[in-house]
Amino acid sequence: MTTAETQGARFSTATIEAAIRGRKPRPPAILWVPALFVAAAMALPLVYLLIRSLGAGAEFWDLLFRIRTLQILLRSALLVAAVTAASAAIAVPLAWLTTRTDLPFRRTWAVLTSLPLVIPSYVGAFLVVVALGPRGMLQQGLEGPFGVERLPEIYGFPGAMLTLTLLSYPYVLLPVRAALSRMDPSLEEASRSLGYNTWATFRRVTLPLLRPAIAAGALLVALYTLSDFGAVSLLRYETFTWAIYLQYDSTFDRTLAAGLSLVLVFFAVGILLAEYQTRGKARYHRSSSGAARPLERLRLGRWRWPALAFCTTIVILALALPMSILGYWVARGVSAGESIPNLWSATANSLSVSGLAVGASLVAALPVAILAVRFPGRITSLLERTSYIGFALPGIAVALALVFFGVRFATPVYQTTGLLIFAYVVLFLPAGVGALRTSLLQISPRVEEAARSLGRSPLGVLYTITLPLLSSGLLAGGALVFLLTMKELPATLILAPIGFKSLATSIWSASSEAFFAQAAAQALVLILVSSIPMAFLLLRERRLAQ
Amino acid sequence: MRSKRTLPWVFFVGIFLTLGLATACGSSSDTLTIYSGRSESLVDPIIKQFGDATGIKVKVKYANTPQLAATLQEEGSKTPADVFFAQDPGGLGAVEDMLQAIPQEILDQVPNWARSPEGKWVGISGRARVIVYNTDNLTEEDLPDDIRDFTDPKWKGRIGWPPSNASFQTMVTAMRSLWGEEKTRQWLDGVKANKPKEFPKNTPIVAAVASGEIDVGFVNHYYLHRFLAEEGEDFAARNYHPTAGGPGSVIMVAGAGILSTSENRGNAEKFLDFMLSPVAQQYFASQTFEYPLVEGVTVSQLLTPLSEINQPSISMKELADLEGTQKLLRDVGIIP
Repeated sequence: MTTAETQGARFSTATIEAAIRGRKPRPPAILWVPALFVAAAMALPLVYLLIRSLGAGAEFWDLLFRIRTLQILLRSALLVAAVTAASAAIAVPLAWLTTRTDLPFRRTWAVLTSLPLVIPSYVGAFLVVVALGPRGMLQQGLEGPFGVERLPEIYGFPGAMLTLTLLSYPYVLLPVRAALSRMDPSLEEASRSLGYNTWATFRRVTLPLLRPAIAAGALLVALYTLSDFGAVSLLRYETFTWAIYLQYDSTFDRTLAAGLSLVLVFFAVGILLAEYQTRGKARYHRSSSGAARPLERLRLGRWRWPALAFCTTIVILALALPMSILGYWVARGVSAGESIPNLWSATANSLSVSGLAVGASLVAALPVAILAVRFPGRITSLLERTSYIGFALPGIAVALALVFFGVRFATPVYQTTGLLIFAYVVLFLPAGVGALRTSLLQISPRVEEAARSLGRSPLGVLYTITLPLLSSGLLAGGALVFLLTMKELPATLILAPIGFKSLATSIWSASSEAFFAQAAAQALVLILVSSIPMAFLLLRERRLAQ
Repeated sequence: MRSKRTLPWVFFVGIFLTLGLATACGSSSDTLTIYSGRSESLVDPIIKQFGDATGIKVKVKYANTPQLAATLQEEGSKTPADVFFAQDPGGLGAVEDMLQAIPQEILDQVPNWARSPEGKWVGISGRARVIVYNTDNLTEEDLPDDIRDFTDPKWKGRIGWPPSNASFQTMVTAMRSLWGEEKTRQWLDGVKANKPKEFPKNTPIVAAVASGEIDVGFVNHYYLHRFLAEEGEDFAARNYHPTAGGPGSVIMVAGAGILSTSENRGNAEKFLDFMLSPVAQQYFASQTFEYPLVEGVTVSQLLTPLSEINQPSISMKELADLEGTQKLLRDVGIIP
């Protein structure tokens, strides 16, 4: 049998017959029909950009030449590569420590280390400038006792890389934690019984098994970095997205901006292809019969102290320091007589749209992920890859695409919560697809086949077998979509029902006019409120793992 | 396992809530929909007051001016907006063909320079271009009379500017109009040679001036007053209006226009009228530290009175066209 056949699940006797005759199994309509709808939705921004940029002629090529396109694309590429590598280097050890060892306060670390994802990048970048910039808090603190007059330059590449890494390593952390918590311990045990020590086992067995999860997370980090504007603009590192925003924000020229966004899409396709090359045909589920046992935790012994120091450093840099500065601004503003507005309705709005976005994204991601894993092939891969386009584009481009289509073809839902949730799905679907795909790879198709052979319908198998086994992926994907939606700004501003306020829009409104105390209070609420569902999700993950 | 039951549950609740919210947003006759490029923290109180005073149900979408202009362009004739309240004349100019003429009695409340000559939009409040300077390192005497003199090499490494910012570009437009292309280019080249630090917008410039990272910055006047309100009088930055006038002392307006597709034209006109009433103009003068455009409203004590600013004679129409300015900034290599 070929590899493709061994990987494919057989959903019906017809597909088994197909397999026996040497043909690839065909996916059932219940999978490909919804997946096609999802892919069509995901392609909307691309279609819009094509329509918009049709009007651009010589002027566009002139602009491409003038903005030194190649040069700033290279700068973008450098930043993407550095942030992705650094995020993986932080996230993989964190994930391993918080799932597989007896690290003290394991679950607390797990919640705290995933939270920086919710800090909007322009807030994070502003805090970095305030703390580490020239004449910033660190320098002023060092000037008195040590006479330090200059710190290493934070503007440009170092600041942008630091900020984006600290804000986006959780993209890798969450899928890798999910993969680790469901991994079959027997392989690692076999490795150790054959004489490999812990480190060699991690390097030769665990790490290769984690490859899909790391790649899925790294892809999100790379595309997020590519599409970020907030951090690179405040830290003065000119990237391609920065050039696109400049078109939208200062020239009122949508045509040229759309053309540039298309160039960005080509760049993103390059990243997607590169990631696709790393996939290979390996299998990640147990191949023999038998049931997985709960994982045994490694005793850290003396290594507990460096491990704790590592976790503490990350949490201080990525969470505690930003929160302290925010807290200081609130205190300073309140004592100067600033008032803090009531945040209940913004908080409730943020939570409810984020919850809806999680549900809708997971429902949309499921058929795409199942198709990609169980029926690998050109078309299913293309479907899956299409879902990443929205994530790689500047949020404003996706928002305008949905204005364009919404106002013409979906007038009754235009500027309602419905279209807003749809926009979140278009933007954040890959976070769900990546996590579900990684989890699915760990589930043996034999289990599903057994259920089918015992008379369950395909939908029955999905509900009783696949979804329960997928729970760690559903939780990781749900958590990513939740945190992303909580901080989403451009699409929320443009597409939300008129008068709708979320925490993210309130922070933006206050910070853009230098209402620091208000903005800081809202940012603190955003972080604290997000931590509650995250804690709940991670506790549930523990119950599921047992 | 419970998760098999949660997924459909989440899905149905989602649909239910969506439908509920969608129907709740239905429109009634006595409404007004505003797209505001002006920040909610600044204008929400006075818009609420308009709603309370007239009984009109006002709905506002807040976002930044260029992105709302792009949204209006995408929506075209189907836009739900009645009024576009923009941060600068450039934003209004971008959608001018979507706006309808405003009644003369509303236009006539503001001076000629503060409105569109075609009567498509009207200025609501004024903001001054200023030089913000660090008070630990400089006094007003150290600053030149004319913004022209910042090309002097003694300012090397001490200037901050926001080249992509609309207000900054408007000031450069004023330079082109008052000095001519060539002198503006020389000024841009000269300041560029002084290696100014680049910022994406005004707020971080004011912060950087106060911290001493830079000594002077080219910004709008009201950001300083926000910082003073947050950090108190010790905040180490103040505004300076170049005494010789010129483009460094230009006054710009935030303004509003009525969409030609508006079905609530009467309410929209009431709104503009209210924004130019003494109550609203006093609000802008005392709460957002802006300059009122209507006669007889007193300016906040913290501001330099308009009469003391050597304001150049230039109309907002001349300032609305940013294209030539952006071309110049590109040629000089200041924006990509």
